Amino acid sequence: MGFFRSLFKPRHSSASIAKERLKIVLAHERAGRNAPDFLPLLQKELLTVVGRYIEISEDMIRVTLANSGDTSSLEINIEIEGGKLKADSGKALSAAV
Amino acid sequence: MGAETDLHKDGPVGAAKAGGEAGLAKVIVITSGKGGVGKTTTSAAFAAGLALRGHKTVVIDFDVGLRNLDLVMGCERRVVFDFINVINGDANLNQALIKDKRHDNLFIFPTSQTRDKNALKREGVERVMEELKQQFEYIVCDSPAGIGHGAITALYFADSAIIVTNPEVSSVRDSDRIIGILASRSRRAERNEPPVDVHLLLTRYDPTRVTKGEMLGVEDVKEILSIPLLGVIPESESVLRASNTGTPVVFDETSPAGRAYVDAVARFLGEQREMRFVKPERRGFFRALFGRA
Repeated sequence: MGFFRSLFKPRHSSASIAKERLKIVLAHERAGRNAPDFLPLLQKELLTVVGRYIEISEDMIRVTLANSGDTSSLEINIEIEGGKLKADSGKALSAAV
Repeated sequence: MGAETDLHKDGPVGAAKAGGEAGLAKVIVITSGKGGVGKTTTSAAFAAGLALRGHKTVVIDFDVGLRNLDLVMGCERRVVFDFINVINGDANLNQALIKDKRHDNLFIFPTSQTRDKNALKREGVERVMEELKQQFEYIVCDSPAGIGHGAITALYFADSAIIVTNPEVSSVRDSDRIIGILASRSRRAERNEPPVDVHLLLTRYDPTRVTKGEMLGVEDVKEILSIPLLGVIPESESVLRASNTGTPVVFDETSPAGRAYVDAVARFLGEQREMRFVKPERRGFFRALFGRA
């Protein structure tokens, strides 16, 4: 049995494990590599802008670039703790303009 | 310029023509990210292979501080001036170039043993490269391992890249990384020119182990890296014998690795050649009966 299985189905060979592991790790690394250098800066600027209206800290904003097939999507996630609006948000806007 | 009148005499059709006609010389980087996969062996073999095909070729050692190409090429006792001397203007190019004793078309440009890793200044290297392009058809750059200053400098000026990869996880991963760096940090990338054309060279390949499922196969590595395959160099005793004696392995006509390099050079020059040494030498009775599992 074992003999024939190894002859016909070397599917769980160490080489095929290597291949699967490489595919997974490289998919991750390529996505990260293609992430443009501006992502951290974008995150920082978003933090400043959003921070004018809502109380927010650095760990509440997450910017990721995801690739799946032909399409890429820029995902911006902002957590708002109880939606604490700043009282002077209107003023911040007019100051910025 | 001067001594390049007889350069074109037996170059095959379609190959890059030599210096003088500036800009047509081709810069090839031999790179891998990972160390110990066979970059220097490949640089020596590939440069010698191009020379054997009638192309005036120079092979440059970019591994500053860890000079080894001279040993592999068998000219370690003839090194007088080096790459850094030429960059710094302490010697001219022709004083530093070493003419190979086995072939008139082949020259070696040794690196320096200095410990200053930043001695390879980009402007200096660029000047030397331009000067080499006047004299040679092919400039083969032997990159150091890693992704540091030396490796980046070695690939920066490349028109073509040969990614030397072993069928093994860490080598494949590092090759992927280097392919990414070529696409973003080479001069061609910076100038928005057509990208560096990259080729996969699979080395230390053992077809028997691949058949047993113990080693990544050619198709696996091709699929993962998705770059065109230039050649497969079988694991071969002759590679160590070649470096022991300081002879590029292509000069050993009995060597499977040497023949595989000759094929790879031919493919690089545009020929179609079937891949050899990718199947186990002797097919056992059962394997012949059931086909390759």
